[in-house]
Amino acid sequence: MFPSDIEFHVAPYISDFVKWITVAWEPFFTAFSNMVLGMLLQIEHLLVAIPWWLWIIAVTVIAWRQTHEVVKAIMPGLLLFTVGIFGFWGIAMETLGIVIVSVIISLLLGIPLGIAMAVSDRCNTMVTPILDAMQTMPSFVYLIPALMLFGLGKVPGVVATVIYALPPVVRLTNLGIRQVSSSVQEAALAFGATSWQLMKEVRIPLAMPSILAGINQTTMMALAMVVIASMIGAGGMGEVVLICTNRIDVGGGFEAGWAIVVLAIVIDRLTQGLVRRWDTPGG
Amino acid sequence: MGRQDFNLVEVERLWKVYHKTEKTLNLSDPEAVEKAEAAGAVIAVRDVSFQIKRGEVFVIMGLSGSGKSTLIRCLTRLIEPSAGVIRVAGKEVTSMDAEELTAFRRGEAAMVFQHYGLLPHRNVLENVAFGLKLRGLAHELREARAQEALRQVGLAGWEKKYPHQLSGGMQQRVGIARALVQDTDLLLMDEPFSGLDPLIRREMQDELIRLQKEWQKTIVFVTHDLGEALRLGDRMAVMGAGVFVQVGRPQDIVMHPTDEYVQRFVQDEQRIAQLLDKGRVSWVRSIEAHASARTGKVAAGR
Ligand SMILES: Nc1ncnc2c1ncn2[C@@H]1O[C@H](COP(=O)(O)OP(=O)(O)O)[C@@H](O)[C@H]1O
Ligand SMILES: [Mg+2]
Repeated sequence: MFPSDIEFHVAPYISDFVKWITVAWEPFFTAFSNMVLGMLLQIEHLLVAIPWWLWIIAVTVIAWRQTHEVVKAIMPGLLLFTVGIFGFWGIAMETLGIVIVSVIISLLLGIPLGIAMAVSDRCNTMVTPILDAMQTMPSFVYLIPALMLFGLGKVPGVVATVIYALPPVVRLTNLGIRQVSSSVQEAALAFGATSWQLMKEVRIPLAMPSILAGINQTTMMALAMVVIASMIGAGGMGEVVLICTNRIDVGGGFEAGWAIVVLAIVIDRLTQGLVRRWDTPGG
Repeated sequence: MGRQDFNLVEVERLWKVYHKTEKTLNLSDPEAVEKAEAAGAVIAVRDVSFQIKRGEVFVIMGLSGSGKSTLIRCLTRLIEPSAGVIRVAGKEVTSMDAEELTAFRRGEAAMVFQHYGLLPHRNVLENVAFGLKLRGLAHELREARAQEALRQVGLAGWEKKYPHQLSGGMQQRVGIARALVQDTDLLLMDEPFSGLDPLIRREMQDELIRLQKEWQKTIVFVTHDLGEALRLGDRMAVMGAGVFVQVGRPQDIVMHPTDEYVQRFVQDEQRIAQLLDKGRVSWVRSIEAHASARTGKVAAGR
């Protein structure tokens, strides 16, 4: 046995530190929480305001325009229909709302960061190891800082989700911009492009397929994390799974799991379609 | 007539060293240069000086790796020279700050690239208008001018196509139109036709000769092909290992190669000439015939 008289705990110090931060930075945390909550509320309102059948029609139409195949066009809408049949429509929209808010915040942070990494090698070498660490860390770990700073609820759920979902869009923005053919960039410079024009007219447009692939991955990771974030009270589909697990309700768990998979498939199809649509004109 | 009026481009003692010691190397000390080379420095351009007259087609010919691309890029500082002075139209390019350099690239020199360098996400018209867009020209104005340039290179009707829908030859026509629309005196062309098959290549050379008759630009034309140099050049420089081995009129260079490197370039041309005239007419004549397109152009242009 490990001798208990040399046991030492940092827990009280960390708790004190976090308490101090939350008090000292109270206005910031409150403002941030209110902003996120406000966004969540509006987006959820919007999602719920759209009637279920319009959702299904819209998803089908979008899928059709992307694939032009009958089966592939009908599938997502049909799957979405089963979510309603299982009685999860409202709660699935709640999950979707958190995903959307998290993705918006992730993109607002991630795309500029990716651009900065592409422009500055120093920024790249500094941020890359952090991204590596973020991606090797199990997703559960992100619940802790979010919980510490924001307590229980949807806002820490969004915070944990943003941290977890951020790396792909940062990486793929950086990669996409760095991979733009040097001969095209050289031509733009030769005709007198400033570095800002080069970024706006050449590098970002040509990196767009890669950036969109990053957005797709970030969205998928956000969905996965939102489900886990139900453990700190984010609500949504994850909460249903959690309750079913606690009750050993296998059937209910299956239904909830099914609904999450459907959400994943539908979101994936729609965001991937975006990538393909961008790919076609440039060749 | 002032000196700058006569010479559009003046290059004095230009060097380009690819090495980590580039900034600190004392280029006037031959020993230091030698030492750097031993340590892995590549001297792509070595103490090159030359002038190009207004309206002249100046060809730089040399084997791959001889420093042609580096040299032509130094003229607009797409590659930053290690040392030397470059003047274009009397303005010292090598001492311009970033803003002046951008203005210079927008208004005074246009470039055509071997690999075209077209924007794949923009259609043909937008590609041609790209330089004008960078200058901030209004949409209608730049599209009208781009349209006109496309007509000149024989691509009217292709405005809405994307580069990947065009053959190599047509893509390079777009590249040429994009340079023409800039309305610059100086046109820089780095092996513009090297990626094209022989027939298309020939066609493009004729096209350039025709356009040059009309525009009378000052052209710096890089090639590794002697035939092309003979057809297009008013004057040519044979480049080897970073230096100009020989500079002169193309026919003079073919007739009187000054050293073995140039001799190796021109020997095929001499042999063909000898076969053609079967000993009756001197091979010089047929070389002159070879360069007839150029001579015709000069006659028409002056
Ligand atoms: N960015 C670079 N870094 C190091 N060496 C280079 C670089 N670019 C060109 N070189 C070298 O400089 C020499 C001249 O190259 P280049 O100007 O491309 O010749 P050319 O156009 O005649 O084929 C070659 O030996 C090439 O390997
Ligand atoms: Mg080259």
